[in-house]
Amino acid sequence: MYAFEPSEEQKMLVDAIHRYTVNDLRPAAHDADEGGDLPGNLVEKGWELGVLQASIPEQFGGFGDHSAVTGVLAAEELAWGDLAGAFAVLTPGLFALPIFLCGSEEQKKKYLPPVIEAEWKPYSAAMVEPHFDFDPQEFRTTAVESGEDYLITGEKVFVPYAPQAETLIVYAQLDGKAQGFILDANAAGVEIEDRQSLMGINALPLYKMHFNEVRLPKVNRLGGEDGHEFAPIIDASRIATAALGVGLSKAALEYSRDYALERDVFGVKVAQKQAIAFMLAEMATEIEAIRLLTWEAAWLVDAEKEEASREAYLACIGAIDMAMMVTDRAVQILGGHGYIREHPVEMWMRCGRGLATFTGLAMV
Amino acid sequence: MIEFEMPKPIVKQRYLLQTVAEQMMRPHSRYFDENEHEIPWDYINFMHEAMRAMGAGALAPNAGKEDTKEEPEGKKKYPPIGYQSLAFMLETLAWGDVGMYLVTPGGALGAAAVEATGTPEQKKKFLSRFNEEKPAFGAMAMTEPHCGSDTSAIRTSAVLDKSTNEWIINGEKIFVTAGKLSLLESDGLVVVWATIDPEAGRAGMRPFVVEAGTPGVKVTKLEHKMGIRASDTASIVLQDARVPFENLLGSPEVPKKETKGFKGAMATFDATRPLVAATGIGVARAALELLKELLGQQGVTIRYGLPRQKLSSVERDVIDMEIMLESAWLLIIKAVWMADNRKHNPLEASMSKVKAGDAVTKITQKAMEIMGPVGYSRDLLLEKWFRDAKITDIYEGTGQINRLIVARNILGYRGSQLR
Repeated sequence: MYAFEPSEEQKMLVDAIHRYTVNDLRPAAHDADEGGDLPGNLVEKGWELGVLQASIPEQFGGFGDHSAVTGVLAAEELAWGDLAGAFAVLTPGLFALPIFLCGSEEQKKKYLPPVIEAEWKPYSAAMVEPHFDFDPQEFRTTAVESGEDYLITGEKVFVPYAPQAETLIVYAQLDGKAQGFILDANAAGVEIEDRQSLMGINALPLYKMHFNEVRLPKVNRLGGEDGHEFAPIIDASRIATAALGVGLSKAALEYSRDYALERDVFGVKVAQKQAIAFMLAEMATEIEAIRLLTWEAAWLVDAEKEEASREAYLACIGAIDMAMMVTDRAVQILGGHGYIREHPVEMWMRCGRGLATFTGLAMV
Repeated sequence: MIEFEMPKPIVKQRYLLQTVAEQMMRPHSRYFDENEHEIPWDYINFMHEAMRAMGAGALAPNAGKEDTKEEPEGKKKYPPIGYQSLAFMLETLAWGDVGMYLVTPGGALGAAAVEATGTPEQKKKFLSRFNEEKPAFGAMAMTEPHCGSDTSAIRTSAVLDKSTNEWIINGEKIFVTAGKLSLLESDGLVVVWATIDPEAGRAGMRPFVVEAGTPGVKVTKLEHKMGIRASDTASIVLQDARVPFENLLGSPEVPKKETKGFKGAMATFDATRPLVAATGIGVARAALELLKELLGQQGVTIRYGLPRQKLSSVERDVIDMEIMLESAWLLIIKAVWMADNRKHNPLEASMSKVKAGDAVTKITQKAMEIMGPVGYSRDLLLEKWFRDAKITDIYEGTGQINRLIVARNILGYRGSQLR
């Protein structure tokens, strides 16, 4: 049947995340973006909400069943708080979820408990590459056989917490197929450049990395010697992007709506001008439309339906366009004040544009 | 719970209706488009029999049925899916031919108005005709030559003749869908919105059931339209038309001056807006499927999963259309799911209409653009669907009115605060 009501457990999780966003993420967001730094134990507190842990089964140290739908609800709420903070909290998932979804049994048993059972640690992943037409099905980073090992060569960008990560997943093209590899970050040939400077999500430390024939044993190929299907990883990444876009956009809609309700113009409130009211109506409608598309994509993944991959792609593309439209309009509705960094809308617009390139920074 | 599984009864129903659409509608689409005002009796009679068999006589979820007060013990309660079923039904029929869908026998908007505002006795009296041996049609008459969106400006008047206990109705209505079918071609009815007090604006509006055969009621015109040409769009003149007192929908008490009548109209629309949106999606899906088929024949495939930078312009257009179509459809499903579960849904109903009106317009327009001279030809139905599509964003509340409703809802404004 069709149903659109989160379960009691899902509601509890979202409520807990909401309190975290209101008490911790949001108050820190502005300064974190200005200073490029997330304060003290903010990320640990977010980690303790258990979003990732709830999506990994007990046998691997977690306490739940993996559900993309639950992940979507959590990601929406985190992004509503702050996108950079959301990415930071979700970073260990970049390592754990590919292993859970595509790893061999040995890999799951070896790598998951240390991530899930402990406090937040910057386990990470290197997916995005620095060319304008980056395609996560055709990496330019290569993996080449060398005896019992693979050699990884290439460049990656947008790697969260690279210098602190001890282990990370690197994605590369092996015999024409996109594959993940579990890599010791201290291996020879791994170079980390200075921290990247981007238009948005400044509080999240992202790095460019070089891999110069970095050696890793064949057993460290995700999925073991036979490798893995790439679809689950890209689907999980796309659905996460979409969910984060929905949350971010809701924040922008609510803020600009509330501003328009307060601000006076020509003897009435800005919200009483049809041009503005229609902008808000369209923003709300688009957010809801893409939100449902994202929920459907997540449900298709959970239900293991064939159409899941295509739907995840459509949801992601839809969310990218929707978030750009909504966050842009939020700035416009605030007029000149929207352009000033005291209000969060310009930051959300910088984030909104970034979504087009953030796939790979979170998974659900 | 969050779930997107099509309920089995709907899967079955859809399969049957898809066959109807392919075999009874599509082969005749071009004929009834070119021969406006000819009536598709084969389709009408077939649907009438089919729907009687299915028990869907009035094309409204509970029309004519008693409210089930008690479930037999031990019977597993299946979640209600009446409006969801209707949404799928209308989408499929509109995919076939939305103009022909509009001449599907049944109460349509007229029945919906009775459902929304009538007493149980009135529902029985007026809705049972849609389940009789011969097909019957219902219609709603609201718009007048001088006012459409501004419904409270209607001038059609209803005055009570106390000596005969009849309402005397005078006025002119235009753009009445199925007006002729309801009044002249069947034993149908039109719900006419009239004012019992012009000074009172909205508060004076009331719905009156005008049955076929009522003296003083004349169908004066049938419009020549851009699309949905199989649907008759009638002008009706009421000149001292007399209807029994009981034909005033709602409580039989002496009418007071309050906005209940207007709210009744609006409640009708909450139920029907997502369904009209669903018909738009049917047309859009037809256009998109044909487009992909034609492109495929020319060797153009859509490579889902590629980054924008690697997609051709046409691929990107098709992907955008699919996103529009699917997301618009989900807004409809949520709105009708809410209706089925008795959740108040004016926001969702209007959102679904805003989005669907926009989506079907853009999808059909883009599909024609992409198909160039091939798409422009009447050899294909694509150009007909372009013409059929446009009305979706206009009737049953324009896209602009529905944006107003959405805006008022999210801003917490009354009508007087946001015009």
